Amino acid sequence: MNYKWRKLRNKFFIISLSLAAAICLTPLILVTSFILQKGASSLDLNFFTQLPAPVGDVGGGMMHAILGTIYMVALGSLIAVPLGIIGGIYLSEFGKGGISKSLRIATDVMTGIPSIIIGIFAYILLVVPFKTFSALSGAFALSLIILPVVIRSSEEILKLVPNHIREAGLALGLPRWKVILFIIVRGNLSALFTGVMLAVARASGETAPLLFTAFGNMYLSSSPMEPMASLPVQIYTYAISPFEDWQRQSWAGAFVLIMLVIGVNLGARAILNPSAIKEFFKRS
Amino acid sequence: MSESDNVLEVKNLNAWFGNFHAVKNVSNNYSRKSITAIIGPSGCGKSTYLRCLNRIHEEVPGARLSGEALLLGQNIFAPNVDPVELRRHIGMVFQKPNPFPALSIFDNVVIGLKLQGEKRKDVLMEAAQKCLKKAALWDEVKEKLQKQGTSLSGGQQQRLCIARALAVNPPVLLMDEPTSALDPIASAKIEELMQTLKEEYTVIVVTHNMQQAARVADFTSFLMLGELIEHGPSEVIFTNPKKTKTEDYITGRFG
Repeated sequence: MNYKWRKLRNKFFIISLSLAAAICLTPLILVTSFILQKGASSLDLNFFTQLPAPVGDVGGGMMHAILGTIYMVALGSLIAVPLGIIGGIYLSEFGKGGISKSLRIATDVMTGIPSIIIGIFAYILLVVPFKTFSALSGAFALSLIILPVVIRSSEEILKLVPNHIREAGLALGLPRWKVILFIIVRGNLSALFTGVMLAVARASGETAPLLFTAFGNMYLSSSPMEPMASLPVQIYTYAISPFEDWQRQSWAGAFVLIMLVIGVNLGARAILNPSAIKEFFKRS
Repeated sequence: MSESDNVLEVKNLNAWFGNFHAVKNVSNNYSRKSITAIIGPSGCGKSTYLRCLNRIHEEVPGARLSGEALLLGQNIFAPNVDPVELRRHIGMVFQKPNPFPALSIFDNVVIGLKLQGEKRKDVLMEAAQKCLKKAALWDEVKEKLQKQGTSLSGGQQQRLCIARALAVNPPVLLMDEPTSALDPIASAKIEELMQTLKEEYTVIVVTHNMQQAARVADFTSFLMLGELIEHGPSEVIFTNPKKTKTEDYITGRFG
């Protein structure tokens, strides 16, 4: 009787947990499949290789926005990722005093700041004085999105390394900075990288900080001091436009954006740790 | 120097964590090519004592120490001694096997040398082979030196850690309960290894296992509440201790 009851209870919990997991996955699957469906059917080669067609004409693509997103996210990461990892190392390895307490609070607050406000900040700091919307200001705004996430994820990852590993390094007669850099950080590169990728993926999809910094552009541009198109802004512009062809391209843009994020994530993992990619596919 | 010379002489060593006096006025000598076991009940300060000897103790916030420890005549606690430099002369093996993550077996062994600036491949390879042989691991890993150190079994990992400590060539090797996380067979291998290490190194080992101390150690120290109660040849400590506290402990009346 007792055993039967226990088995029943066990079954009940397994079923309810699986149900909860399924509910969590449902919106994700719905969103992805919807975009896949709508986006993939509107996608063609021109989308990647052509600039927008003049209003009224059918066709054209979003090459400029795809490249713009890559450009600004890369530039933003270049600013934020090294800083963020250094900050995370500081918090994890030396984070006891007052400075680290304030840094921790500051990063937490920063993570919570609405991205439109980060956009305004970048606008005031980099758009107003130069009197032009620019890719640089967009990248700067994105770097402010990336920075706190990288700081906190790096800190949490390095804190997971047991202390006796650090002591083992010190016991070999190595100075602390070498232990931190060449043993602790190097030993956890792939985990650190996952944190970075999460932040970069989040930044790739941000629209609000780019609206009045990079602004958008219908042409290919490579100058950091000129307005630059990006996928999220382009999707937004096209989606609210009255033209059916633009709306169709907006779906395609959403699809490409998702694929870009997944692709960068998997690709970089493959370079850093080939076995992780195998694991990823084994799990799914 | 003759064979019986003291490699390490500890004089009036005291250690604190904040206000807690963990090691009280311990003095002891360690002679060349010998194994000394430190036994005592949990929390008696034996690990702390050991951790003072390579100045890892100081890395804990709030920890401090006083006293002297002469390594080949030089006080390692002197203000002009760089603890980083000192630790190249006094190696340490930890309780839990802790190979460095994401490093190959080869890199785990030679990382000390590598990060000290040794770049020559043949020198590193030679050192890796020598130390892995000394740690009785070479035959098991020679085919897979590029595999990750963490892929080995627990006992192999611990021998890898011993090889890693030997690679910087310290005359003294500290071992902090090196077998307490291992199964009996892996432990026996480590004990066997300690016997061969003795031919070249001075080994000081903290252990919870009195049989182990009796089996491997030439000398045994008994610590209680931070004080060195008794020190002497193992056969004397385990068969004919002079202090009643020692006798009570080794006969299992407390502890």
